[in-house]
Amino acid sequence: MIKLEIDGKAVEVENGSTVMEAANKVGSFIPHFCYHKKLSIAANCRMCLVQVEKAPKPLPACATPATEGMKVQTASQYAKTAQQGVMEFLLINHPLDCPICDQGGECQLQDLAVGYGGSASRYQEEKRVVVNKNLGPLISTDMTRCIHCTRCVRFGQEIAGVMELGMAGRGEHSEILSFVGRTVDSELSGNVIDLCPVGALTSKPFRYSARTWELSRRKSVSPHDGLGSNLVVQVKVDKVMRVLPRENEAINECWLSDKDRFAYEGLNSAERLTKPMLKQDGKWTEVEWNVALDYVAHALANIRNEHGADAIGALASPHQTLEELHLLNKLVRGMGSNNIDTRLRQLDTRADGQVKGVRWLGMKVADLAALQSVLVVGSTLRKDHPLLANRFRQAAKRGQQVNVLHVADDDLLMNVANRLIVKPSQMADALAQVAKALAALKSQPLSKSVADATANIRVSDAAQAIAKSLADKEKVGIFVGNFAEHHPEFSTLYALAQEVARLAGGTLGFLGEAANSVGAAAVGAVPGSKGLCAQGMKSQPRKAYIVFGAEPDLDAADGEATLAALYTAETVIAFSAFKHAASRYADVLLPIAPFTETAGTFVNTEGTVQSFNGVVKPLGDARPGWKVLRVLGNLMKLDGFEFNSIEDVRADIAADLQGFVAGKLNNAIGEVTMNLAPATAGVERIAEVPLYAADPLVRRAPSLQKTADAKRAATAGLAPDVYDNLKLVDGQSVRIKAGAAEVNLPARRDPTLPAGTARVALALPETLALGAATTLTLEMLPVAVTIGHAAE
Amino acid sequence: MSALNYGPDAVILKGLTGENWRLKDYEQRDGYAALKKILKEGMKPEDVINEVKKSALRGRGGAGFPTGLKWSFMPRSFPGPKYLVCNSDEGEPGTFKDRDIIRYNPHILIEGMIIAGYAMGIGVGYNYIHGEIWADYERFEEALDEARKAGYLGKNILGTDFSFDLFAHHGYGAYICGEETALLESLEGKKGQPRFKPPFPASFGLYGKPTTINNTETFAAVPFIIREGGDAFLAQGKPNNGGTKIFSVSGHVNRPGNYEIKLGTPFAKLLELAGGMRGGKKLKGVIPGGSSMPVLTGEVMMATDMDYDSIAKAGSMLGSGAVIVMDEDTCMVRAAERLAYFYFEESCGQCTPCREGTGWLYRVIHRIEHGQGRPEDLDLLLNLADNIQGRTICALGDAAAMPVRAFVKTFRAEFEYHIEHKRCQVKTGGYSNAAEPLQMAAE
Repeated sequence: MIKLEIDGKAVEVENGSTVMEAANKVGSFIPHFCYHKKLSIAANCRMCLVQVEKAPKPLPACATPATEGMKVQTASQYAKTAQQGVMEFLLINHPLDCPICDQGGECQLQDLAVGYGGSASRYQEEKRVVVNKNLGPLISTDMTRCIHCTRCVRFGQEIAGVMELGMAGRGEHSEILSFVGRTVDSELSGNVIDLCPVGALTSKPFRYSARTWELSRRKSVSPHDGLGSNLVVQVKVDKVMRVLPRENEAINECWLSDKDRFAYEGLNSAERLTKPMLKQDGKWTEVEWNVALDYVAHALANIRNEHGADAIGALASPHQTLEELHLLNKLVRGMGSNNIDTRLRQLDTRADGQVKGVRWLGMKVADLAALQSVLVVGSTLRKDHPLLANRFRQAAKRGQQVNVLHVADDDLLMNVANRLIVKPSQMADALAQVAKALAALKSQPLSKSVADATANIRVSDAAQAIAKSLADKEKVGIFVGNFAEHHPEFSTLYALAQEVARLAGGTLGFLGEAANSVGAAAVGAVPGSKGLCAQGMKSQPRKAYIVFGAEPDLDAADGEATLAALYTAETVIAFSAFKHAASRYADVLLPIAPFTETAGTFVNTEGTVQSFNGVVKPLGDARPGWKVLRVLGNLMKLDGFEFNSIEDVRADIAADLQGFVAGKLNNAIGEVTMNLAPATAGVERIAEVPLYAADPLVRRAPSLQKTADAKRAATAGLAPDVYDNLKLVDGQSVRIKAGAAEVNLPARRDPTLPAGTARVALALPETLALGAATTLTLEMLPVAVTIGHAAE
Repeated sequence: MSALNYGPDAVILKGLTGENWRLKDYEQRDGYAALKKILKEGMKPEDVINEVKKSALRGRGGAGFPTGLKWSFMPRSFPGPKYLVCNSDEGEPGTFKDRDIIRYNPHILIEGMIIAGYAMGIGVGYNYIHGEIWADYERFEEALDEARKAGYLGKNILGTDFSFDLFAHHGYGAYICGEETALLESLEGKKGQPRFKPPFPASFGLYGKPTTINNTETFAAVPFIIREGGDAFLAQGKPNNGGTKIFSVSGHVNRPGNYEIKLGTPFAKLLELAGGMRGGKKLKGVIPGGSSMPVLTGEVMMATDMDYDSIAKAGSMLGSGAVIVMDEDTCMVRAAERLAYFYFEESCGQCTPCREGTGWLYRVIHRIEHGQGRPEDLDLLLNLADNIQGRTICALGDAAAMPVRAFVKTFRAEFEYHIEHKRCQVKTGGYSNAAEPLQMAAE
């Protein structure tokens, strides 16, 4: 510890701390621009110059190490003169166009100029003008405003892991730009908007739509990935205008993924459902709530009377709130059915009877950094979990060995210790190799079922290297990703991952698919031993379906077959915030409020219960889902639907929600029959859920749909051998067949894929026809030849 | 070819003809004798450093830091690689001494660096040569080849267990890369921008490893110190200012060029070596240490000796030893404008005071020079100089501010005349009323 004095106040700081950190500790504010606690120190803005006793010149607080006995003045005349001098320099070439700048009102430069700037400028010369850059659909630029603090550059290098922005040029001609002709495509790119202390980088979707002082700031929680990022939702006249991060060091730190940040655009989509609707004689009519709910209550009662309660099934989205899923579960079970599932993309539920609890991350998100070696199994890590990927990235920099077992050698923008990249059908075999090698290294016996299954497999070098990495380290984590959860042999992968974790003496965790996957399982919105899972409800069609918040065509593993089942049902009741394909198969559409318009709770992948309030009034006649279910329960005369408030619903789940959830978290699984490497024929499909297609809200966010990630999703990435065999020209389309189904997609050569595979995504209208097909046949499409002049 | 004339006291540049740069010639001039002495006598590294300390050799790149002291900062027991770097990125306007060492006596630099490597236990060195002297870079590569073939460089030098590799690297002509940490960035293949210090290169240098950086001339002085002894070198100069120093004399003299003189030699003597004032004109002002150093009047200079301490006493700095001589016909406003433009153009743009301030300085002086000055401009210039100097990451800010301040203070009347009469005091009809448009990006 170092003792020093800041502005006359004694303070003690850790060795290696800076003057800035010491000043923060005593509450002395030092003006700054380039300094940011999460980024490396640049010391380039010079705004934080302070007076240090015995130093011959003012020193930058951000870069000056605190030393024993140091005496610092942060606001002496000497320090202020230096700070004012820097402010004057910063302003001479700044356009001072605050009245038309989106940053106006929340601008660090503007704020500090009040304190440190002059009332008039001594600079009489022409100001510098810098050409704006096109950084893509999310970030708007006004580069003349840039003060060259390089926070955005450092963010790319250090946090996002890819230097998409840099400072080119010299002296006054220095400017921030992306690589020639490129946009900024990182899935974390929006954070540079927050980091930019001026209006040089602002939000493109938000541009010119409101002034910051018109906005109310309301707390919320992201409804997208399993992390549950904390949000500040900014609202103007009952409309969500933008979303910013709410700092929570334990979860999202001060960052947001682009999905969390920009998906709010979907809330204001023209597809929002604002009135209950009934289909009568094949025509949709808007009706009042009481009419719609009466209809629903009768329809469900009729089905139950005629066909029994088991003829009713519910498919719910794991992006819905805990309270909704609890009441939906209560409703379904109250009617006597057990057919309810939120794991719509999980093909393999063989192991359901063997699970001991609710699967989760296995530890706190913040504790990931302490692991010394991790194995990530079957995860499109960067896209599915942008901020968890960042946790691993930062840990990898400090020596964590990140090992990857996956079906594509995606660039994780971090140092990956060992990679084992195999075809989807070989994943279980590959994981078994790791288990076998690990058992040998640890001189421990494999469990019987694994030993039997792995008796004849050969351990590859990569598997050996991964096993060694896991064996050598004390703190080990095995993390199963979404791709593995969607895998046709998920049960095998689950059991093997458990075996690897056991042998390594490490923790087994699941990265977590959706915002409320853990919560959904905790309140029992999964079928249990008596009910049908989502796949069961698809293959054994029910007479009535309740579709809650989900769009089964895109949210189910086999959208096509699920749709077919829905079409054959006598009644389909769709609870949704949006109009969508349900209008074709449903006979009633009930407008429920998205997360911003209802109070609710999400339980994130680390098991943290995060409740939130609605931030705006429900749009039109949309109503919070929990209220709709409450009324429906009452109409159906089911017990236990008397609630006055959301708190009552929460209390109905458990008096202590956090304790209730914590008690359920358990990744253990019993014996599962191993099925290592089934024989396959044809090109194997790598069926991922694209980043911006994962839930109904993000699918309706126009700016995200214009990103490079979204554009790439609707193409077929072909392994080099597959691509070359077809003799394709880049961008040419391929015909993709699976059984009788076929679709055409533009093809691209994807060198990250193992031989004999093709990336053909799930959750897209373009690939819907393929269902959950795992093997494909590809054909070249004839090239369209344009004769004459192309249109201008 | 006739012998090059670097003056009678030359040590580093002694006996050079312009042709005799090869290894065999250097060996005839006692070349590599110092290295052989060290290796044969088994001279201890710390004794080498002590000898350099004794010589009072000070860094010849501009800062004048005692070389022996710098060498002793190198952590001796550091595990892993350490680096030695020679700064031949001679970019200061007026300075052209290192170039002569590299092209006419490259082996003296190579020998100096090998000895430095030995003294500090360093196995790899780089010579960073600036981008505009390609032919000299190629010659240095040739000299390196000769040294490697002769066993002076590489593994087991002269049969001992001491190994040292030396490589040449050329920059692309950015002045900022002469700043030692920007040089390291550039050497690492990155954009040449200074790092903030601390940490200093001695602990976190090239590729994050301990690194010692010296100027070309500094290394070139080392063989003499080892061969003849530190005392002999010190005796060439005066206490605290040991040895000879090469001065690059330019401007209005009859025989501009490099002159190696003993430190402490009167300026008048140096001027005489350079053939005196051109056309017998009166001496008006001298920048004694390269363009970033304060300008002094002719009278002050004529009473000053050429060594670190004397020039500091006179109010400037010896710097890199670039002596820019200006006669009575020189417009000091125009001279200041030209220098301000240089620093404006060469600022790396990383930190605020330099990026924004150098352009502002230039624009104000440009305005004064072009007849559009305002009475408040001179105080503005001085204030801007204060706001830049000492506030930046590296010394470029200081380098831009110091000459402007010195020109305005020393020749204030001339600036005032420009502002008041909107024309030059020196050359009537010169750059007067014509409001030339400001050319920024063109040069």
